[in-house]
Amino acid sequence: MAIRTEPFILNMGPQHPSTHGVFRMRVTLDGEVVVDVEPVIGYLHRGIEKLGEARTYTQIIPLTDRLDYLASMTNNFAYVLAVEKLAGVEVPERAEYLRIIMAETMRIASHLMAVGFFLNDLGAMMTPVLYMWREREKLLDLYEMVCGQRLTYNYMRIGGVSHDIPEEFLPALKRFVAEMPGFIDEYDQLLAQNEILLARCKGVGILPKHTAINTAASGPVLRASGVKWDIRKADPYSIYDRFDFDVPVGSVGDNYDRYWVRMQEMRQSVRILEQAIPQLPEGEFCAEVPKLLRPPFGEVYGHIEAPKGELGFYLVSDNSIAPYRFHIRPPTLINLTALKDMVTGWKVADLIITFGSIDVCLGEIDR
Amino acid sequence: MTVALNAEEVGKKIDEALPSSVVTASKAAVVVTSESLYQVAEFLKNTSGFDFDYLTNLTAVDYMDYFEVVYHLTSLKHNRSLVLKARCHDRDKPVVPSVVSLWRSADFQEREAYDLMGIIFDGHPNLKRLLLWEGFVGHPLRRDYL
Amino acid sequence: MTLLEQFRLWLGGIWPDWAAYVLPAVVGIVIVLGFVLTLVIVFIWYERRLLGRFQIRLGPNRLGPEGIFQPLATAVKILLKEDIVPAKGDKVVHWLAPLIVFVPVVMIFAVVPFGERAILADLNVGIVYVVAISSVSVVGIYMAGWGSNNKYALIAALRTVAQMVSYELPIVLSILGVVLVAGSLSMTQIVASQKIPFLLLQPLGFLIFFLGTVAEMNRCPFDLLEADSEIVAGYHIEYSGMKFAMFYLGEYGHALAYACIITTLFLSGWQGPLLPPILWLLVKIMAVFSLIVWMRATLPRLRVDQLMAFAWKGLLPMAIINLFIVAAEVLWLSEITPWLMVAVNFVFAGVLVLLWSKLFTLGGGRVEV
Repeated sequence: MAIRTEPFILNMGPQHPSTHGVFRMRVTLDGEVVVDVEPVIGYLHRGIEKLGEARTYTQIIPLTDRLDYLASMTNNFAYVLAVEKLAGVEVPERAEYLRIIMAETMRIASHLMAVGFFLNDLGAMMTPVLYMWREREKLLDLYEMVCGQRLTYNYMRIGGVSHDIPEEFLPALKRFVAEMPGFIDEYDQLLAQNEILLARCKGVGILPKHTAINTAASGPVLRASGVKWDIRKADPYSIYDRFDFDVPVGSVGDNYDRYWVRMQEMRQSVRILEQAIPQLPEGEFCAEVPKLLRPPFGEVYGHIEAPKGELGFYLVSDNSIAPYRFHIRPPTLINLTALKDMVTGWKVADLIITFGSIDVCLGEIDR
Repeated sequence: MTVALNAEEVGKKIDEALPSSVVTASKAAVVVTSESLYQVAEFLKNTSGFDFDYLTNLTAVDYMDYFEVVYHLTSLKHNRSLVLKARCHDRDKPVVPSVVSLWRSADFQEREAYDLMGIIFDGHPNLKRLLLWEGFVGHPLRRDYL
Repeated sequence: MTLLEQFRLWLGGIWPDWAAYVLPAVVGIVIVLGFVLTLVIVFIWYERRLLGRFQIRLGPNRLGPEGIFQPLATAVKILLKEDIVPAKGDKVVHWLAPLIVFVPVVMIFAVVPFGERAILADLNVGIVYVVAISSVSVVGIYMAGWGSNNKYALIAALRTVAQMVSYELPIVLSILGVVLVAGSLSMTQIVASQKIPFLLLQPLGFLIFFLGTVAEMNRCPFDLLEADSEIVAGYHIEYSGMKFAMFYLGEYGHALAYACIITTLFLSGWQGPLLPPILWLLVKIMAVFSLIVWMRATLPRLRVDQLMAFAWKGLLPMAIINLFIVAAEVLWLSEITPWLMVAVNFVFAGVLVLLWSKLFTLGGGRVEV
């Protein structure tokens, strides 16, 4: 005799310890099993796209900081790359190398935080978070040395970077790069073969390959599903084609693969840094660009491989000091399209960790 | 390198397959009529040689005379990209067919375009406001809002 | 003849009967309650410092030297908070729940032996009393979840009932192993019969009992009913003020109670050379508690179906096999030196644990909707 059950709707509201920001999900549950998930967003909508239409091209750079505020410099990077493509600005060599160094350290910092909080959602009670925070603090100290900020850097400018690096930056960075592989090994040793982690993550929240491509997932989410697509290799921007690095690709697309891809990407970032630091040339750190830049008529779509996926900026210029249309392609909003597929049939606990493994940041979902 | 396909040649090929759909095809983008958008998108996705299976970006721009919905398509297999645009001239009720059944990534992006620009996507299963709250009146990203 | 009974006999000569009955009882209760509450405060401090050291940071160290006044500050803060009762919840159930959770925990200490004859009530079914009393708090937790009129609390409450009921069985079966070797159900007898601590004599029994009690205490890795990251504090989500303080104290009281029981059953209680018995008891309790905190700091959490699979398919069969092995040994091997039993038991424990880790999988997978 089957017991009559009735599904009920649980609201994992905007305030919740592990929705990574003000994100709301209306979950239909049948007992513990998830039947339907409906994301409700917009709690952090600040109208950045509309604000961009009223600001000059340089004034938009601090606005882009507030998108993915956990990896701000990559947002800056994507934006100035798009503007330089539109206006045809040449960037000096030293600035290119500095940008790559900042982008790769930013990738390490973002992945440390993503993996740490993924494990926190699993229940490991802040211990992995604090271990990974140790390294992230070293990176934040480096950024404070360069631009004085720890969260919203506003470091890139159209045509280069805003400040040159002080003398103590390079020795500190070299020390960090020398120690980092040891620390990643330590994390692997503590976590990769942990029974409970494997039991909770292997085979859970699978995103099949064709679904990943159809929903235009990008970044570690796409690569964990088995698609070898990294914009640094497929459409190299800046000077990425001079460096030698691998692109880790998962096989199944479950939570464990997303975690594993992020750990491997950290190793590859260290590899790029090891190659970039000795090659850093002398020279100018910013090209001569007029304060009120007037790009020619036209439009551009510039994209980079941000830690969370493919971050793109679509700019339409009408030869005035402010863009006519400023649109941001948010990687995490589009990665979220497949959340319902990944989660139906699993339990509430799996919903939380699958959501954590997509690694969202509400700043760029809501803009 | 992702090669941006030459839009004029693509425009010619689309015109051969689906006549009277292409409006203009400059070097930057292929512009098609909004009624034939769905057929053109299907053609671009399913024809081998094009294989545009990855919809990178979907936006809308408000030029005061017309709305323009911009699609950035990528083919992962051939590593090529293309820009497809559709125009609608009706200011009060702009309607464009929805491509959600072809590329699911259009789901949230079309909802956002509806929310902020007011463009109605015909055939979208759940066309509700995404970023603003349910009872909001108006479409903020239009050029004549404020 | 416990100390309190001796005191009562001596008083019976001087005072009337009823006074001679009441005074030792009151003295005993006050001593036990004082012991419990002091140690709970010490446990709170100890856990926060130890957790901090595991997480490469200092724990609380601002209030008082090395932060020893931190638990007092926590207690004062909790007591000063406003007591919020949900408007649509069941008020009586909501009010009663903290009591039903807290009181059984304190009642367990009536049968913990603190020394050779220092025990509040020397029942000859001591261990059965412990098992019976500790199952009452399950009802309290369920009442807390129901009376809060909150879906998160309800999910937590249902998970609790499932978890605590399933883990009772392996616990009781491993206790039976101890009882068979000791030959009696009374706590003082169990302590007295441990020439070799039962930890060595029954490693498998200790393992099952330890894991079962960690699950009963709702601590990591089994703490899914107050899973901070999923259901936002679970069953005590709608409690604040004094009632929350009772839940909080109840959690640490539970930890203390089970640490005492483990010490009594498996680590030979207060026995030990040189130092006075109460100090040995404290040392052993702290050691067990450190182990519990260590598990909390390092392990992630199990999902609910994996938890149930661990109890029913993992611990329960091992507990039954353990019981049979111990029964066989008591029957045939007890005349020969007990060290032979130790060796045989260790071999069996190793073999069984290895076999189980290879054989059974944790939990179901995806459900078709």
